[in-house]
Amino acid sequence: MRRSTLVKLAVDSILKNKMRTLLTMLGIVIGVAAVIVMMAVGQGAQSRIAEQIRNLGTNMVIIMPGTSQQGGVSQGAGTFNRLTIEDAEKLKREGLLFAAVSPVIFSRAQAIGGEGNWRTFINGVDMDYFTIRDWQAADGALFSDADIRAMRKVALLGNTVAINLYPAGDAVGQQIQLRNVPFTIVGVLAQKGQTAGGADQDDVIVVPYTTAQTRLSGWQRIGQILVSTYSPAEIPAAQEEIRAIMRESHRLGVDDDDDFTIRNQDELTETASSTTKVMSWLLAAIASISLLVGGIGIMNIMLVSVTERTREIGIRLAIGARGSDVLTQFLVESVVISVLGGLIGVAVGYSGAALLGHLTGWSTETPPGTVLIAVGFSAAVGVFFGFYPARRAASLDPIQALRYE
Amino acid sequence: MSLIHVERVTKVYRTGKTEVHALRGVDLKVARGEMIAIVGASGSGKSTLMNIIGCLDVPNSGQYILDGVRVNDLARNALADLRNQKLGFVFQGFNLLPRTSALENVELPLLYDRSGRRRDTLAIATLALERVGLGDRLTHQTSELSGGQQQRVAIARALVTEPTVLLADEPTGNLDSRTSLGIMALFQVLNDQGITMLIVTHEADIASCAKRIVELRDGRIIRDEPVKSRRRAADDLEALAQPELAETA
Repeated sequence: MRRSTLVKLAVDSILKNKMRTLLTMLGIVIGVAAVIVMMAVGQGAQSRIAEQIRNLGTNMVIIMPGTSQQGGVSQGAGTFNRLTIEDAEKLKREGLLFAAVSPVIFSRAQAIGGEGNWRTFINGVDMDYFTIRDWQAADGALFSDADIRAMRKVALLGNTVAINLYPAGDAVGQQIQLRNVPFTIVGVLAQKGQTAGGADQDDVIVVPYTTAQTRLSGWQRIGQILVSTYSPAEIPAAQEEIRAIMRESHRLGVDDDDDFTIRNQDELTETASSTTKVMSWLLAAIASISLLVGGIGIMNIMLVSVTERTREIGIRLAIGARGSDVLTQFLVESVVISVLGGLIGVAVGYSGAALLGHLTGWSTETPPGTVLIAVGFSAAVGVFFGFYPARRAASLDPIQALRYE
Repeated sequence: MSLIHVERVTKVYRTGKTEVHALRGVDLKVARGEMIAIVGASGSGKSTLMNIIGCLDVPNSGQYILDGVRVNDLARNALADLRNQKLGFVFQGFNLLPRTSALENVELPLLYDRSGRRRDTLAIATLALERVGLGDRLTHQTSELSGGQQQRVAIARALVTEPTVLLADEPTGNLDSRTSLGIMALFQVLNDQGITMLIVTHEADIASCAKRIVELRDGRIIRDEPVKSRRRAADDLEALAQPELAETA
């Protein structure tokens, strides 16, 4: 039997039982749509986390104080702050793969000015910091190299701080007190939003690192050194280079462990998204149960259909249809139902994901190839659950089938 | 060699513990161009014989040779191909596909033809329907046709593959006498054109349209003889159409 004839037979039979076919299809539609929506939600959450981490900076590598051991007892990460300005300067001087290098000095302080006071983080940074973190001033301007060299008391407010202290939006040019030291506000930074961990990146005041060292903390040691590379591909090589320079800078012997830690964004992303990944697979697994139920629905209807059409099968067998012809006919029918249901399910799933994203504000994202997977999967469901009824139809005895009332 | 060669054929059905001997050793030879009526009471085994000749069933013992092919030891698929290539069936209940046009019903056997020698199946099906006088009913659904017309569609479906033998199982069982005569007249025309025909019936006047009568009882042939005064169904039909003339004549 020709292929076009087989498809025509299946479509004819489906059209003759519209309501029943529609209801059967509904099971597959719901199953496929549910899987797609759940995958979209999971994928959306994952890429949102990835984006938030990317938002920290481009091609960024973070150097943090490492663990140190005292008499065999680990003191944990950052016990001894061994990062210094000299490290940062050496990296800047000797590194070949680095696009930008900036030390970051962390401190906390009560900021007084404008409407009142606000407890926030103070970051002392070099100019490269703004390149690495891809951060611009939304209002006013960034401070300059000259400000850093001259240790000027200038400050850039994060968006959150600016809103809380200067709701009128007139922060630039005003004085703000940090630890009783007056700073001039030169600009307000563009809004960055939350980190993957939920911390507010805009709740910060950024000042020159030189000023931070002399006026605020007095520390010579610094919390982090941020390094960026020219391209993501160079990150592994850059990490090696950082390690070599840092070990030399800290005068570590061949047998000494690193007293610093190097992290790149991929590692951060991986840690943060692993939980979401498990969640989204779990969601998809639950959704695929409804696809299974849809498949059982197809099997049920095909069994009814075979019984109902026993006489038709008898006629076909009598006039020379082989068992395989009948088998194929019913198999094609169930595959057509399930694939059609799968396609409608894809459409429903896509619009459902979009609607859900619209209503809840979650970011939803349908992974590429979902259509192929969904259609392939529903075809497989059709074959799997259609096979038994089709096999039953094909093995009917023509004489018995013709006599069937 | 005869077209149909049935030799000492037996068939036993087992339903639970009871055995039903449907055929207890039947011999039958049919030559090309014959028109045979198989008669007998219900349970005489005539339907079983028909099923075996029709390659829908195989005998328990004895042998059956159809057009030079020994049918006994053929597998399911080979039997199906044989039915498609060499046999045409007409049933009592017409057995047309519901909600399907006359043309599609007639086309059906051609779709299962594996030889692939016929490309234009719709044209061939149209010709077959014209041959049974339904050239103007091609696209009608089976439910829109009368009983007689439905049986003609079934006959067209049986003819469309140009079978060697046409088998009819109580072809007039569901029809009134006048329509029955019409069907029998058609059968006689087809037989005159050279188609070999086997008709199972329990009506004597239908049987008398055939050239030879074979009677079964309890699974055995008890009578096998030519019809002495063969009825011409077409003439009787004409007489029915003009009752006044028939009475005066």
